[in-house]
Amino acid sequence: MRCGDLKESYLEDEKIFQSLFVKIWLAVLLVFLAVFPLLADAYMLYVANLIGFAIIAAVGLNLLTGFTGQISLGHAAFVGVGGYAAAVLITRFGAPFWLALPLAGLVSALIGLVIGIPSLRVKGLYLCIATLASQFILEYVFVHWESVTRGIRGINVPPPRFGGFVFDTEASFYYITLVVMLMCVGFARNLVRTKWGRAFVAVRDRDLAAEIIGINLFRYKLVAFGVSSFYAGIAGGLWVSFMKVVTPEHFPFSLSIQYLAMIIVGGLGTILGSIFGAIFMTLVPELLNVLTGTTKHFFPGMEQLFIPMKDVIFGMLIVGFLVFEPHGLAEIWHRIKNFFTLWPFSY
Amino acid sequence: MDIIPQIIVSGLAAGGVYGLIALGFVLIYKATSILNLATGEFMTLGAFVCLSVMTQIAAPFYIAFIVTIVFAAVLGIVIERIVLRPLIGEPIIAVIMVTIGLASIIRGLSHMIWSPEYRTFPRIFPPEPLDLGFAIVPSGLLWGFIFAVVCTAIFTLIFRYTRTGLAMRATAANQQAALSMGISVKRVFALSWSLAAITAGIGGIIIGNISGISIHLGHIGLKVLSVIILGGLDSIVGAIIGGFIIGILENFAGVFLDSIFGGGVKEVVPFVILVIILMIRPYGIFGKAIIERV
Repeated sequence: MRCGDLKESYLEDEKIFQSLFVKIWLAVLLVFLAVFPLLADAYMLYVANLIGFAIIAAVGLNLLTGFTGQISLGHAAFVGVGGYAAAVLITRFGAPFWLALPLAGLVSALIGLVIGIPSLRVKGLYLCIATLASQFILEYVFVHWESVTRGIRGINVPPPRFGGFVFDTEASFYYITLVVMLMCVGFARNLVRTKWGRAFVAVRDRDLAAEIIGINLFRYKLVAFGVSSFYAGIAGGLWVSFMKVVTPEHFPFSLSIQYLAMIIVGGLGTILGSIFGAIFMTLVPELLNVLTGTTKHFFPGMEQLFIPMKDVIFGMLIVGFLVFEPHGLAEIWHRIKNFFTLWPFSY
Repeated sequence: MDIIPQIIVSGLAAGGVYGLIALGFVLIYKATSILNLATGEFMTLGAFVCLSVMTQIAAPFYIAFIVTIVFAAVLGIVIERIVLRPLIGEPIIAVIMVTIGLASIIRGLSHMIWSPEYRTFPRIFPPEPLDLGFAIVPSGLLWGFIFAVVCTAIFTLIFRYTRTGLAMRATAANQQAALSMGISVKRVFALSWSLAAITAGIGGIIIGNISGISIHLGHIGLKVLSVIILGGLDSIVGAIIGGFIIGILENFAGVFLDSIFGGGVKEVVPFVILVIILMIRPYGIFGKAIIERV
């Protein structure tokens, strides 16, 4: 049981990592993440990179949907905007990757603001529908604005370089993903304990009361939309540089649903939840792959069922978590931690 | 310029089918304030069931139709019971997400049961197109239009003149008051989900007849969102009128804008209209003006 847990100032109370125990384990985690490429093979590193991109996008979406309560069904389109922006900047304007990535995030944030301005004048499920519409409109733009996006042929993106070193293996790109992901998650976690984060939560919980105490709803909703799209853009830029190609088929509506599933399964309204959800939802198809691979001797023809089974399992995860555990995996994690923290008085 | 009457007539016919599917959305929204994003999947399921009955058992159309209606009714009741009953007090985001999850499940299951290629429907309507002199209406669209108008009329009459319809309207207006008046809200919910599944199923059969069935039919369900926003989320008449308008505008855009934008404009125009309407008049033409604006 934890003892000596005494806070003498608000600053101490707001600390993210509060005890030495937690800080030691955080250091262990960071060391593990740093040496992971030495222990893992190329496929695991590929999955790890995908998890990293998913974490960044999921954290962005959670800032918008979990913390500010604005449901967005168009997140995949913003990831796509970031991806295409990065691709165009690198190939058309010759920008180096390190400049193109934040610029891609900014382009995505701008598009997010443009779409956000009409959408944020309406509430609840109207916003849901508006973002859904923007998803399809942006998909259409990806396919048909041939002069910029080269339509369905896509754009080939060279991998990032630093000096003479080219980041074209999974292991080397892993470090880029790791650093960017840590920065993004760190920024988001700190954002939610500032005035802005509290304003977001106020907008979600009781927007009428928030407006009465002086929070400008429109401004904070727009900021949430912008930040979320920025994160999506960063995730998109990273993704296309990793895959070395960008085509419109990478950003369908089902990807938007996947991001939403990540934050619902992980836990709406917590950064840790986005991380759990992203890891979980990226690993589920891989697990399914392994399962269909091993059982294919007993059930021939299982591999064709992989895609629909993925759909069914995603759907069941969404419905199951919403019905049985609406606060997601983060809540389960907190319950387990509390059990051990309070043991033997865990009742 | 004599293509314009043709455009209008085709638009009206297509709009009739959109209106039928929009009825599915509106029925559920009217009774339960839930936006059911799985309506497109109900549509697909209805079409597939009808197709299976007709091909596997070689049954005539009217038997397949009745089987589809019964199946859709049962589906609506089962979904309402298992999935939506536990979520009664939860915020709207949870329920919308559940319908999205449901759509995913149904889509995956249809993929597994019926494989993903395009199927054509066996002929169920007389194939001659209707020649109005200034325009020609293909038979599938014509019968879709007729079905849509008939269904809308039936539902409007149900809502206006029967006790069940009154119960549904009462529940939509104020659940607590309806409960205290002795109306079984649970039964109203089950009924509205069944009716919505039935109308979506009929819409699926018609669209399957016009353009073939595949598991991707659910995409049309999302297009129909702009129909219900245009018509007003809680207005039955608005659903059909919105359907007509969107059908006509879509056809106009397809004919006149395809050359400018390089094709495929018909797919995206409903969504652009959706965004425009949300900016100008979010509660639609016939909806109640109780939307909160920031």
